[in-house]
Amino acid sequence: MDQSLAQPSHKPQWQMGALLVVITAAWLAAYNLIQPLADWISYSALNLARGSHLGDAIAFFLYDVPKILLLLSGMIFLISILRTFFSPERTRALLGGKRQGIGNVLASLLGIVTPFCSCSAVPLFIGFVESGIPLGVTFSFLIAAPTINEVAIVMLFGLFGWKVAGLYIVSGLIIAIIAGMVIGRLNLERFVEDFVWKMQASGGVEGEKLAWSDRIQRAWESVKEIVGKVWLYVVVGIAVGAGIHGFVPESALAGIMGKQAWWSVPAAVLLGVPLYSNAAGVIPIVSALMEKGASLGTVLAFMMSVVGLSLPETIILRRVLKPQLIAVFVGTVALAIIITGYMFNFVL
Amino acid sequence: MVNIKVLGSGCANCKRLEAATRKVVESLGIAAEIEKVTDYAEIMKYPILATPGLVINGKLVSAGRLPSEAQIAQWLQG
Repeated sequence: MDQSLAQPSHKPQWQMGALLVVITAAWLAAYNLIQPLADWISYSALNLARGSHLGDAIAFFLYDVPKILLLLSGMIFLISILRTFFSPERTRALLGGKRQGIGNVLASLLGIVTPFCSCSAVPLFIGFVESGIPLGVTFSFLIAAPTINEVAIVMLFGLFGWKVAGLYIVSGLIIAIIAGMVIGRLNLERFVEDFVWKMQASGGVEGEKLAWSDRIQRAWESVKEIVGKVWLYVVVGIAVGAGIHGFVPESALAGIMGKQAWWSVPAAVLLGVPLYSNAAGVIPIVSALMEKGASLGTVLAFMMSVVGLSLPETIILRRVLKPQLIAVFVGTVALAIIITGYMFNFVL
Repeated sequence: MVNIKVLGSGCANCKRLEAATRKVVESLGIAAEIEKVTDYAEIMKYPILATPGLVINGKLVSAGRLPSEAQIAQWLQG
């Protein structure tokens, strides 16, 4: 038996703290160094001309890849620390006894901070509905949790700035609240598979007591897991984006992805469905497309559709929902996303 | 004979939990029977909101996360 198994003890607090300080300093130094470094490599070391197609594309790539990966690691770490304070059990307890309206708002907000994997959608659905949480409130949670995706938030922040990232979060919340309320009003309980109602509501594992060192440990684990899963998409996405940035002429896309093209929003939503979970690869491409004339509403609708309307999750939910309710769920969310897209195209 | 159940249908962490549990059982040299439960009706007999879940001798000890091997060892010895 190896040593780590024999001693479940943790590193002392001060050691963990010192490590965090060192890592934060290194992170900040690296973040400030990448722009001059990318410029130096592309324009001095490779001797490419400033303003040339290839030079710009390479400088863009060399700057954006480390920037996004640094942002992802740093912000996923912070988000994961926040998430250690929440659990599905706790969220269920907080939602217990809440009615429509207030319940939908709270469920959508909790959807952002509660750790959630779409592979757990079924036990979560049964656990929520069984404990008496209204169907519409449960749906608000199930829509918000995947739609307001942490990787998407960080990438939007990194490539578009905090305003667009904020718009994305707010419109995700509004979509989850409204779609949940609509589903609640329609009284669709009869379209939940019968076995769900026959299950016994039961407690849950006791809340664990976590020390700060546990939280940091766990946040670090999820940084490794998430960044390990998406880094390749980020690199490929940014490479394609850099190509578009350097080579596609200005406003080439205004005609097909701009505000004038009314059909661009629904088309973007349709296109987003099969791209499930590739937000990491899709956002850099979309960001480059926007520079060339695609409009923000279309882009946001596309984003929401990529993360919020996922085929795998729908298939998983089919175990507990009859086809009619699946159709209502997908239809309501798609409609809400399309309306949001038009709204942004109209207002901005 | 310790009875261990890993609850979860096909998520990445479910497979990791099963592998980690097997490793711990082996290194501790415990006689154990490890069962993988993928049927939702069966899974929902335990008070679980998120997979993967770990059940030791009928008691749910962990849900919704991948516990460390040291932690699993503690549960198995406790």
